[in-house]
Formats: sequence, structure tokens, C-alpha cells
Amino acid sequence: MRATSSRLEKALKADGDLKLVVYMMAGHPNRKKSVEIAKRLAASGVAALEIGVPHSDPLADGPVIQKAGQTALDHGMTVDACLGLASEVSGVGAPVVLMSYVNPILAHDPRRFAADAAQAGVAGVIVPDMPIEEAEPVASWLRSASLDTIFMVAPTTAPNRIGAICERSSGFVYCVTLTGITGVRKELPAGLKDLVGSVRERTELPVAAGFGISRVEHMKSLRGVADAAVVGSAVVADIDAGKDPLLLVKELLKACR
Amino acid sequence: MSHPVRGRFGPFGGQYVPETLMGALEELEGLWHEAKADPQFQLELAGHRHAFVGRPTPLYAATRLGEHFGGAHIHLKREDLCHTGAHKLNNALGQALLALRMGKKRLIAETGAGQHGVAVATVAARFGLECTVYMGTEDMRRQSMNVRRMKLLNTEVREVTNGTRTLKDATSEAIRDWVTNVGTTHYIIGSVVGPHPYPELVRDLQRVIGDEAREQYLQADGKLPDAVIACVGGGSNAIGMFTAFLEDRDVTLIGVEAGGSGVKSGKHAASLVGGRPGVLHGTYSYLLQDGDGQITPTHSVSAGLDYPGVGPEHAFLRDTERVEYVAVTDKDAVAAFKLCTRLEGIMPALEPSHALHHAGVLARQFGPGGRILLCLSGRGDKDMDSVESYE
Repeated sequence: MRATSSRLEKALKADGDLKLVVYMMAGHPNRKKSVEIAKRLAASGVAALEIGVPHSDPLADGPVIQKAGQTALDHGMTVDACLGLASEVSGVGAPVVLMSYVNPILAHDPRRFAADAAQAGVAGVIVPDMPIEEAEPVASWLRSASLDTIFMVAPTTAPNRIGAICERSSGFVYCVTLTGITGVRKELPAGLKDLVGSVRERTELPVAAGFGISRVEHMKSLRGVADAAVVGSAVVADIDAGKDPLLLVKELLKACR
Repeated sequence: MSHPVRGRFGPFGGQYVPETLMGALEELEGLWHEAKADPQFQLELAGHRHAFVGRPTPLYAATRLGEHFGGAHIHLKREDLCHTGAHKLNNALGQALLALRMGKKRLIAETGAGQHGVAVATVAARFGLECTVYMGTEDMRRQSMNVRRMKLLNTEVREVTNGTRTLKDATSEAIRDWVTNVGTTHYIIGSVVGPHPYPELVRDLQRVIGDEAREQYLQADGKLPDAVIACVGGGSNAIGMFTAFLEDRDVTLIGVEAGGSGVKSGKHAASLVGGRPGVLHGTYSYLLQDGDGQITPTHSVSAGLDYPGVGPEHAFLRDTERVEYVAVTDKDAVAAFKLCTRLEGIMPALEPSHALHHAGVLARQFGPGGRILLCLSGRGDKDMDSVESYE
């Protein structure tokens, strides 16, 4: 199917340990600090760093990431500046994944966005409001720039769609743990294991679980289930509160082993 | 007639939503096609339209307005006489019946002017369903009467304090609720916007306006009007009106957007006149956005038109030049509101007051003998404060 495995694929495949992917918002809490934070996170031992491109109308995000995005926009964060941030961080350690809603990509021009992201050393792109049916032309441009395109599987995804989503994905498959928006939850849903299992049956790509994951117990329960866990809102909330997000990241990394 | 190909009107439309919603959209599409073809469902819908909504709504000859504008014949399709005071109930009723068919016990909706919120709260009461309506705090302030109505109808009105605190942000919050509660909840979107199948579904439920009006007009006048006018925010009353006339090539169709302080001022909500294509709330259509794809704040005196996007079918009708779109300012809309109230004894909502102003412009162009049909999409009681406080 695939000739070689990509950087993301190698980085996220569990090798006994669970892998950790963390998310932060570009330009949050401000442009300068977000570069600093991104560099430290990329060098912290995480398997990949997801960098959010702020959007005025983030439909899949809960209050924490909404607020961070608004703060970034208020500080004048642009798509170009996000790509600039990515290029500063992409050589530091962990591969960089950009997470952007589709409209900023369309406004930037998908072809130019793909070329600029590749130039910045980005490894892959996640577009949370771009289901496989709407993937073109964005996905083709990403592919032709040798960028991975990560699609999402949700608990509400019908079994017959899961295969198609896996087929369209590269790098890894993003398994949305819960029926809802991003944000910290106390417990992970009971059906998660089955969902990840049914994704696994259909792909050799690493499977990352995301949404609602924030605690050491969550990490432990994902070990042996998913290849990687994505932690977003908990990290963003720490950054927002002026706390060092590395404290949480180190704790979560410990729980991966 | 434009037929969506895989949920598209030309290049416009689509389903730009989180994966979580794809199953629900597919279910809704299948169910609607089934219901549409089911005589039992149609019979039930027709019964409620007659006894609950008060359809058919009359076609009214606004003779004094016509004289005022130089002698043209102006007819108003009286959607303001629908139960709850606007065309919104046509859609809410149909979708509530669909929710019952799907076995979903909870309705959610977004609202700007409050008319759609009231319509959904009303059908929720009528059919015994739980109901939550999202509304921006700015709109709650300017449409406080409708907030009170919804609460009396036992609907929970959730304040939205994000962003511009108007319809755009209320819609985003409603979609987030739907993403979270999609198993138990049906989202009744209020206009011909949002992901497929909503633009098609809402059009199908609103086209009764134009179907009735075309027949009534032919009966009254023996021929079709020269021009059909409707206001466009998301565009549901306009699509409802225009659909019946799309094949009548001699009939000029005009959609009137909210020009706010003037399109050149940048303070407006005229996405077709002053925007460019992009994705908002799951659909690819004309939008007010900056160069980076961020949605820009809108302005209109009328809460119902204060939305940075527009239905994808309107985008298609604009680009194919079947419908002409213009913008009318706050000031002209307020003046038209007052004029119609004084000359006809009909207090229009501020939304169709934009169209009323343009009807005057057109009537003067046409001169005596000109024949104009206008969709009076709602009544204006809700807007009295806005009009009185307008400088």
C-alpha cells in the first residue's frame, strides 16, 4: 500500500510504550511566548507536536481552545505567522502537525498552504471540519507536497466509513474518543477500546486517541489500546494560566511507560 | 431549477463538519427524502400548516404604498400572518415532524432576531419536545420580547457570550451542542445555511411561500409579476419565495441584503454583495471574511439579517445571475418600516423592511403599471424598540 512509512508514522507507532502528542495554539498566549513554548514542547520527548492555527469559528473546539484561539487572533496571529512558527520549531525535535480549520487554508490557497507548510518542515495536517467527502482539493495538494493528511474517526462513524477514512489517512489515524467537542473530561468513554480496535482492524497506521484526555489515569487506560494519546485542552489551559506546560507533559510522559 | 449534486449547488454547499456529525447528516438526508415521498407525512404536514400555522397566508395589494411610489402595483405575501409572526414556523414545523419520525426527543436551535427561536420553542411545546435555543447576548438585548416568549414556551434560552454575541456565534454554539448530543437531539437550523442536507431541506419546507404566492398572483392578476423581492440574511424566506419562480425567466428576482451603514463603510452584513466564497458553519458559500479566512464582524439594525454567511443556493443563483442581489442600509430600512406601518397599517419586521425599501426604488423605475411581489417575511412588533431608538 505505502512504499515507505512517513516521519509521523514512525514517531507515533507504539513500541511497547504509549506515545504522547501534545497540542498548543499558535500565538497563544502571545506570539513570542508561543514560539518559546513550542520549542520546549517539541524537545520534551513527545512523539509529535500539534500546532493549532487559530480560527474565529472553531466548531469542534470547547471553551479552552476557543479562548486560546481568540487570544491568538487578538494578538494578530495569521496563517503566515503560524507557518513561521512551524518553521522555527520543526527542526527542534518532534515532528510538527498543523491543525487548521478548512477556511484559513482555503483563504491562503490550498496549493500555497501545502507548499508553505512543506517548506516550513511540517510533517502533517489535520483539518477537523474536513471529512473525507470534502477532502479535495486540499488533500491532493497536501499529498503532492509530501505532507501527511490525518483524518478523524468518531464514535458516531459508521463501520463502513472507518475503512474509507483509514484509506484516505496518512501518518496516523485520529480517533476521536468521545461524541463531543475538545475539552478536559473526568473519564474516557467505555466504548473507546472497541472503537480503536475497529480502526486497528482496518489500518496499519498508528492510531492516536484524542479529545478529553488530560490525566495520568487516562494515559494508563490507553496503554496497549492506542498507539498515541493527544492531549490538547489540558496543555492549553496550563499555558493560559501562565503555568509551565512541561510539568504536565513530563507527568503524562511518565505514565506512557 | 437547481439540483444539488452530492449536496452542492454548482461549487457551493457541501458538508464541512466534524466527522462526528456525518452520520447524523446522512440519516437526516435519507429520512427527509423518505418523508417527502410519504403521502402520510405530507398530509400531516399540510394539516398542521393549515390549522396551526394558518396557511395559506394571504396575498395583499399594498395600494397606498404603490401610489406613494408612483403608481406601481405592489403585492405583499403576508408571512407576517403566520402563527408566531414570521415564515420561520414553516421550517420549524416540518423539522419537528422529522424529529418525531427520528424518535429524537430534544430540539436545539440558534436564533438571531428570535423569530426562529420562537418558532422552534412553539413546535417543541406543541409536540411535547424538550428545547434549547442559543442566542447571542447582544441579540437577547435587542430582541428581549422574543426571549420572554421562548421562556414562556418552556424553552431554555442559553446565552452566547463568544465573539460578536450575535447569530454567527449562536449558530456555532448550537452546532457544538449537536456534536455533543447528536444521538438524542435534532438541530433545527433556521435558514437555508449549514451543511447538506439543511439548505435543501429548509428550502423544501419554505417553498410553500412561493408556491402559494405564484398561484395567488396568477389568480388575482392573470399573469406573473415583473419582479419578486425578498430580504436575504441566511436567505430562507427568499429561497422559499424564489423557488417557484426560477423557471419563469421573465420574472426578475431580487434578494435584498443588510447594507448596515453602507457596504463601503465595512459595517454591513451583505455577504453576496460584499463578500467572497469560503466555509462557515459547514457550507461553502459567500462570506464576510478577512484575507486570512477569519470571519469578520457584521453589522445590521436587523438582528435577523446580521449574519456573515448566506445559503449556498443563493451563492449559486448569484453567480449564475438568475437572481440579482442588492444591499439596503439601516437608515433606508427603518424609513421603509415606518412608511409601511403608516400607509398600510401593517408593521413589517425590520428584515423585510430592507426589501420594502428596494420595492420603492424598483417601483419608481417601473412607473405606473409596474408589478412587484414582495415577501413580507415577518411582523415588526419585535423591532419597535430598535426602530424607536434608531437616531
